[in-house]
Amino acid sequence: MGFTLSNQQQQLSKIATGNGHGENSPYFEGWKAFDSNPYHPTKNPHGVIQMGLAENQLSFDLIQEWVLNHPEASICTAEGAKEFKDIANFQDYHGLPEFRNAVANFMGNVRGNRVTFDPDRIVMSGGATGAHEMLAFCLADPGEAFLMPVPYYPAFDRDLRWRTGVQLLPVACESFNNFKITRAALEDAYEKAQKANIRVKGLLITNPSNPLGTVLDRETLKSLVTFINEKNIHLVCDEIYAATVFTQPSFISIAEILEEEEVECNRELIHIVYSLSKDMGFPGFRVGIVYSYNDAVVNCARKMSSFGLVSTQTQRLIASMLSDNEFVDRFIAESARRLKARHAKFTVGLEEEGTTCLKSSGGLFVWMDLHKHLKEPTFEAEMALWRIIIHEVKLNVSPGSSFHCPEPGWFRVCFANMDDQTMEVALERIRNFVLQDKEAAVVAMKKKKRCWQSSKNLSLSFNRRSRFDEVMMSPHSPIPQSPLVRAT
Amino acid sequence: MLSKKASCDSHGQDSSYFLGWEEYEKNPYHQVHNPNGIIQMGLAENQLSFDLVESWLAANPDAAGLKRNGESVFRELALFQDYHGLPAFKKVLVEMMAKMRGNKVKLEANNLVLTAGATSANETLMFCLADPGEAILLPTPYYPGFDRDLKWRTGAEIVPIQCTSSNGFKITPSALQDAYERARKFNLKVKGVLITNPSNPLGTTMTLLELNHIIDFVIEKDIHIISDEIYSGTAFDSPSFVSILEALMQRNLENTQVWNRVHIVYSLSKDLGLPGFRVGMIYSNNPAVVSAATKMSSFGLISSQTQYLLSQMLSDKKFTRKYMTENKKRLLKRKEMFVSGLKSAGITCLESNAGLFCWVDMRHLLRSNTFEAEMELWEKVVCDVGLNISPGSSCHCTEPGWFRMCFANMSEETLRVAMQRIKVKLVDGNQSRSTTAVVKSARLQIQTKWVLQLASYNRGPDR
Repeated sequence: MGFTLSNQQQQLSKIATGNGHGENSPYFEGWKAFDSNPYHPTKNPHGVIQMGLAENQLSFDLIQEWVLNHPEASICTAEGAKEFKDIANFQDYHGLPEFRNAVANFMGNVRGNRVTFDPDRIVMSGGATGAHEMLAFCLADPGEAFLMPVPYYPAFDRDLRWRTGVQLLPVACESFNNFKITRAALEDAYEKAQKANIRVKGLLITNPSNPLGTVLDRETLKSLVTFINEKNIHLVCDEIYAATVFTQPSFISIAEILEEEEVECNRELIHIVYSLSKDMGFPGFRVGIVYSYNDAVVNCARKMSSFGLVSTQTQRLIASMLSDNEFVDRFIAESARRLKARHAKFTVGLEEEGTTCLKSSGGLFVWMDLHKHLKEPTFEAEMALWRIIIHEVKLNVSPGSSFHCPEPGWFRVCFANMDDQTMEVALERIRNFVLQDKEAAVVAMKKKKRCWQSSKNLSLSFNRRSRFDEVMMSPHSPIPQSPLVRAT
Repeated sequence: MLSKKASCDSHGQDSSYFLGWEEYEKNPYHQVHNPNGIIQMGLAENQLSFDLVESWLAANPDAAGLKRNGESVFRELALFQDYHGLPAFKKVLVEMMAKMRGNKVKLEANNLVLTAGATSANETLMFCLADPGEAILLPTPYYPGFDRDLKWRTGAEIVPIQCTSSNGFKITPSALQDAYERARKFNLKVKGVLITNPSNPLGTTMTLLELNHIIDFVIEKDIHIISDEIYSGTAFDSPSFVSILEALMQRNLENTQVWNRVHIVYSLSKDLGLPGFRVGMIYSNNPAVVSAATKMSSFGLISSQTQYLLSQMLSDKKFTRKYMTENKKRLLKRKEMFVSGLKSAGITCLESNAGLFCWVDMRHLLRSNTFEAEMELWEKVVCDVGLNISPGSSCHCTEPGWFRMCFANMSEETLRVAMQRIKVKLVDGNQSRSTTAVVKSARLQIQTKWVLQLASYNRGPDR
C-alpha cells in the first residue's frame, strides 16, 4: 500500500497496535496444530485431538429434546412467531423481564436454592468475557489493579487489562497445599502493590477454579470476605463453572457466605460474574451476566451493557428454557452425573499409568501433573514437553505457564468437549506417551546419572516470567474450525 | 470506591434526550387502554415492514427452527463462538451491503467485523483509532448516543463541526477547518472525522460534494473517516444514497493511503427493524483495524442463533430485494403523510430523503431564540401535547428550535393522532398557558432533572 508500518501505527491507537490482546503467543501453536490436522474417528484418526477447549458437550441431547418439544420458545416457529415483532424490536438494556427472572431462578437452582437472586440486579453482558471487562471499567481506573490468585484463566489478561488499562497482580498459590489461597499470600500481594504505589481496587477469584477444577471451602471464602472488607476493596467472583461441580466437596457460592450470620461484610463490595457458556454449553449464544450487590455498579454496568446486550431472540429462548423448573432440575443433575462419569473414566485411566491430576470436584478439565516428564524443572522444559504432546502425542492441551502457574509441569486437559470414543483414543495416546517416556527416562538415567531437583523450590517471580506475560488465550481459536465455518 | 467512569455522567444519560423517555414510560399511549397517554416519537425504529419478515419465517420453517436439510444445527450453533463470525452470515451481509450501494463497490467478507450492534461497532472503532484524550470531529447535529459510544469508556473527545440551517446543515470546508483549529487550541490531536450518512437526526443523505470535501480534508490532515451508514437502507427518495466508498472510487482513490483510513459502520437495527438482535458490523479496508477490531469483538459477539437465522433469511435474495423495495416505499409514504400533516399545522421540516424521522423546524414557536425557550417548548410538547420528541439541543444543534420527530415506529392511526395533537394542542393551543396540576408537577420534575442533571435514566437508549 506504500505506507510504512510506523506511519500506520501512528494512525491507530496504542491499544490496536500493541499486544494486549495476547494472541501473539507461542500458545497458539497448539491451536494451529489442531486446526491444520483435526482428529476425526474415521476420516483422520491420527489427527490432533482438541483438549484445550473448556466446553461442555456432554448433555446436548437433553437440550435438543427440550427445544423440539417447545417450539413456542423460538420466535421463528409457527407457535412462537406471534412474538417475533415485539422481541425483534425490544432493545431495552434492562433485558426482557422474563429473561432476568429465568436467569435469577436458574442461578438459585444451581446453588441448590440455598440462596435466591434478585432479577433487578441481573445485568447482561457479551458473555463472561464482556462481563469481566465491564466490571473492570466500573470498578477501577487505568493504572489501578486487581489481585488474582494463580494459576488463572489466560484470557483474564486481555479481558481485564487490554482496553481498561487496569493491572493484574498475582497472588501466589502453590501445589504443596493444593494451590489454596492463603491469607498470607493475599497480604503479601497487597503489600507488594502498596510498595510499588499501585492502588488495589479488588480481588478476582474463579470458583469453581479454572484451571484447577477445585471449589473454595467455606473457611477460605470467609477469609477472602474478611480480607476485602478490611482493605475496603471489591471481590469479583467468577462462578461460571458453578453447575459443573459433580461431586464432593460441593460448590459454595459467595452469595451463600453473605447470608451467614456471623459474616460481616459490606455487600456493596461483592459482585458475581456468570454465564451459560459452561453450565449449559451455550458459548455461541453469548449470555453473560453481571450480578452486583452494589446499586451504583448495577446502574453503571447496565448502561455499559449497551455495548454487549444479549440478542432478544436468545433471551426469549433462554427465558423459556430456564423457567421450566422440572427441566432445569433434571438437566443440572444429569449433566453433573455425566461429567462425574467422564471425569472418573479419564482420571482412573490416567492413574493406571501413574499420571496424577489435582483432586477436583468440578470444571470441564483436569489439572494434570506431568512434572515427572520434564527434562528439567523449568518452564523451557515445560514448553518442550508441550510441543511433544502437540506434535507427537497429538493432543492439544494447555501448558500451566499460560495460566501463570508458578511451578512448571502442570497442564490443563479438557475432557468434556468430545465423545466417549474420542476420549478413549486420547487416553490411549497419553498412556503410550507415559510408557515410552518412562522407558526413555530409564535409559537416560543410566546414561547421565543425573540428580532430580525438587520442583518445589522453583516458583518464579512475576518479573522473571515476562516471556509468558503475553501468553493468553482467546476463548476460542482464532482459526475457525467448526463445521458451520466450512458450510458456506 | 468505583472508577471515574462509573461515577461521572459521561454516559450521557442525564441529558434531556433521555429524560423525555421517562415521561413516556410513566404514561405511554395506547389506542384503547390509554388514548391520552404520551405518543413515542423519540424512537428511531422501523416498524413498518415486520409482516414481510414474518411471512418469510412462516414460509421457511427449517431455518427458523435451526435446521439445515432437516437436521438440527442447534448443537453446532450453541458451540460456535468464533469471533470471525459465521462465514455464511458475513457473506450475505457484504452482498447485501454491496447491493445497497448499487453494486458499485465490491466488498470482501474478510473485511467485515461483527459486533453487538452499531453501538459496539462505533466504540470498538474508537478504541482502535484513538488513544485517551485524542479527538474525533463530528458534524452537528448528531445522534446523542455518540457521546456515550465514542467517549465514555474510550476516553476520547468529540469536537463538533458546526453546521447550520443557513445551508441545510451541510458540511462545509470552512466548518471542517474551524473544528480542526478548535481542537488544536485545546491541544487535542484529531484522529478522524465521523459522519452519519444518511444523517441522524437530519434524515438527509450526504451529497457527493460534501463527501468530497471530507475526503479532501482527511487526505490533507492524514486522518481517518468513520462513516456510520446505519440508515443506508432507509434512503427512500432521491437523491440516492452515496456511500463514502463510492465517492472514493469515483476519484480513483482505491489504491491510495486514504482507502485504508475509511471505515464503515452498519447494522440491521434500522433497515430491517431488528434492534433487539444486536447485529452490528464494521467494514474496513485496513487489515490492522480489522484484526484489532475482530479481537475486540470478543467483548460483544452476535449470538450464533441470530447469525444463523439471519444468514438464512438474507441469503434469500428474492426476499431481500422485495423487502428493501417495499420498505422504502412504505417509509416514503409515511414520511409524506407526516410532512403534509405538519404542513397543515404551519410547521415545516428540513427536506429529507432518508431515515426514520424528520428534522422539524419549530423556531417560530419559541418564546425567544434561546435553548431555554427550546426546553420550555419541549416540555410543553411532552407534557401538554403528549408527544415524546427529541430536542435539537440534545443532538448538539447550534440553533435552538429544531426537533427530531420519528414517524416509523407506530401505526398509521397513531401517527394521525399525533398529527392531530400537534395541530390542535401545540399550534392552536399555543396561546393557552393553563396546565393541570399533574402536568405541572411533571414539568417541574423535568426541569429539576434537566437543571441538576441528577437523573440516571433507567431505559435502554437508542437512536
